[in-house]
Amino acid sequence: MSLKQQIEACLGSDLVAISEFRGDIVAEVPKNRVVNCLKALRDDPELKMDFLSDVIGVDNKALYEKPKKKAKKKAEAEEEPEDDGAKKAELPPRFEVIYLLLSLENNRRMMVKVRVPEEDLVVPTVTTIWKAATWPEREVYDMFGIRFKGHPDLRRLLMWEDFGAHPLRKDYPLEGRGEERHLIYED
Amino acid sequence: MSIEAYSGPGWILTKLEQLINWGRKRSPWPLPYGTACCGIEMMAALASGYDMARFGAERPSFSPRQADVLIEAGTITKKMVPILRRIYDQMAEPKWVIAMGACACSGGVFRTYSTQQGIDSVIPVDVYVPGCPPRPEGLIYALLKIIEKIEKDHPLYKKTRGLELGQGACEL
Repeated sequence: MSLKQQIEACLGSDLVAISEFRGDIVAEVPKNRVVNCLKALRDDPELKMDFLSDVIGVDNKALYEKPKKKAKKKAEAEEEPEDDGAKKAELPPRFEVIYLLLSLENNRRMMVKVRVPEEDLVVPTVTTIWKAATWPEREVYDMFGIRFKGHPDLRRLLMWEDFGAHPLRKDYPLEGRGEERHLIYED
Repeated sequence: MSIEAYSGPGWILTKLEQLINWGRKRSPWPLPYGTACCGIEMMAALASGYDMARFGAERPSFSPRQADVLIEAGTITKKMVPILRRIYDQMAEPKWVIAMGACACSGGVFRTYSTQQGIDSVIPVDVYVPGCPPRPEGLIYALLKIIEKIEKDHPLYKKTRGLELGQGACEL
């Protein structure tokens, strides 16, 4: 049984989609089932995905907007509002959270993907399964503004605390919006 | 004529200012503050090959209290800014600062939201060393420039150092 088939058997009906690209397996699961799915992958006697390498966020905004611009050039501003609405409905949610798993025993890797819509940026935390998820989840919160429900200490990790943006979002300019450090000294 | 030719107690006439400067310029103890790849070049400059101790930088002082020259070698992120400022404030007067490398001078290639665009908006800088990273010779040249500056100093006049309130990114 291949790794892909094993994952399919383990996740069962929770599996939304599974794809393999040059040996990298990505399994997509629904957002509210992520804790159960990761627990199942960890406890599966065959898979034993017992090590969480990283939790990463993805913003697909630029990816989705590119074809839109091309279509605009072609259509030359014809029937724009209806077209826009229809396309928005087609698009998958803007953000993704990806969990990189490793089986130390089998030396196999896989990714678990969760799609997060812009309107509801809350994902259940996996710190209950792996304590190591604490900092990566803080980083994803810092960079993308995705909140992790049940996280013990959800503060910014890389930027300072009163930094007012999420800089890895695609609508944030590389050079920033003029955020500066103001030094305040306690006496 | 050698000094042994004289007999008796002997005395010299000089300006106190010059005497102080003469002492200071021969022992500019550096505080190595390496935050990026420039730190590696700084280590090379301090080690035996280039031997910055020839110019009095005898002992890299890892405590700011006993340091004279802050060698800021590397990128300063905005999160690092308060720490750099605190280290500078902890150094005893007289103190000098070398901004080593493009990042410390101007932010370098990192023109991003997270990088301080030059440390001179946080602490006053005496010598800038351009380069990415500069060679150890560059750092040694900067130290010689500091020594030159010490020679022209007036240590007995009161002077104010530090930034004016509200200037740049730094508000105290």
